Amino acid sequence: MDAFQLVTRGLAKRLGLDPEGIGAEDDLKMLGIDSLDAAELLMELEDKLGIEIEETGQIRTVGDIVAAIDEATN
Amino acid sequence: MNRRVVITGMGAVSPIGIGVEAFWNNLLAGKCGIDRITRFDPSNIRSSLAAEVKDFDPEKYQSAKDASHTDRSAQFALAAAIEAVEQSKVVGTVDPYRAAVYFGTGIGGFETTELNCRKLVEKGARRVSPFFVPMMIANMPSGTIAIHFGFCGQAIPAVTACASGSHAIGEATRAIRHGYADVVVTGGCEAPIVEVGLAGFNAMKALATTDNPSEASLPFDKRRGGFVPAEGAGALVLEEYERAVSRGATIYGEVVGYGTTCDAYHMTAPKADGSGAGKAVSLALEEANWKAGERVYVNAHGTGTTLNDLAETRALKLAFGEEEARKLLVSSTKSMTGHMLGAAGAIEAIVCAKALQENVVPPTINLLEPDPECDLDYVPNVKREASVDLAISNSFGFGGHNACVAIRRCV
Repeated sequence: MDAFQLVTRGLAKRLGLDPEGIGAEDDLKMLGIDSLDAAELLMELEDKLGIEIEETGQIRTVGDIVAAIDEATN
Repeated sequence: MNRRVVITGMGAVSPIGIGVEAFWNNLLAGKCGIDRITRFDPSNIRSSLAAEVKDFDPEKYQSAKDASHTDRSAQFALAAAIEAVEQSKVVGTVDPYRAAVYFGTGIGGFETTELNCRKLVEKGARRVSPFFVPMMIANMPSGTIAIHFGFCGQAIPAVTACASGSHAIGEATRAIRHGYADVVVTGGCEAPIVEVGLAGFNAMKALATTDNPSEASLPFDKRRGGFVPAEGAGALVLEEYERAVSRGATIYGEVVGYGTTCDAYHMTAPKADGSGAGKAVSLALEEANWKAGERVYVNAHGTGTTLNDLAETRALKLAFGEEEARKLLVSSTKSMTGHMLGAAGAIEAIVCAKALQENVVPPTINLLEPDPECDLDYVPNVKREASVDLAISNSFGFGGHNACVAIRRCV
């Protein structure tokens, strides 16, 4: 499973949505994910992937989370 | 301003039933909610018994996401509040800024605290949840209820250990009586069945240590040796009398008195002569305009600890006088529910309202060997048909916090 799929599944689980319906451009706030939810999701992803995500830029969209994971794994 | 305060809704989440009707029917049947702990493996703890809420599904009351970010104690609070508010039909009839929440908890999010401390130790600081603090703080049951109903008046918890539920109801009553709110969702909640919590209570030697559920919670019995921890919530909608009548609300009772004092004596032990608790009862009786000769039901604090039951018996004699005290019908429903700590006063105020409404008093079960020093009528083992004029609920908390709430039929 790639980073994008992991993120959309994590979001879908929280929101009770189909992961297929979530896109990279989607704004987290518009989806109903606040800053605490996002922080919790990042923590969960760190655990799953065994990485440490440094929050350098602002995380606003689904794609921003995927980019942060990519940066941490590369 | 001295306005009348009535009950227009009630909700219960208890170890002997979810919903007021189930709870009440099981109480009258003398059902015991105590069993071996399932919330965690209790084999490391001397006390293996608790009264847990069975088959509770938080997602009946909240979305899965919200439920996962709400401590079990606040989940119980919300479930009880939803039952009470739905019964009251008050939503949409009140200016949101005149609708308040006074909801107690003795501890706060104990399970959340334990879980995150374990994460800190086992996985490090980066694994402590961003929801740890908001889920754990003791005001969050009040906040959660206010958010759910959009009630924008004051939302204030009472945190007085085992007296929290009674203090919340008493302070809510004063807020309406003196004009600071027209409607209040009040009550108390607790979810203390976690390993660190029970280890702590156990270290205090506060808990019953038997493995036999029917010999564990023994209020006023000479075999008693400690309380049995329990979880759940009780909620009431209190409302100013005139507005309740004018909107045609069903009224389940009137809160006619509240007395509160502090022993100012010891962290955990009650004053042995019962004077602090007795004064709280006296103050509530005075406000309730109690007259000698009236038939009174007392829902006792009755924890089943050696010291409490004796001090409470003395407190009742001080407040009512020896002769009137002997005519009281006193029962400890903790013999069935266990000790719901911050929820106890709330669930027991509901018992008082139901006893007045249905002319029947629930029993103190497991009372087989009366303590000669506890010599009042504790309604042993079997419910009693009785038309009482006044019902009072006593709650006493660590810290010496005493509270007594008095209820009558609304006429």
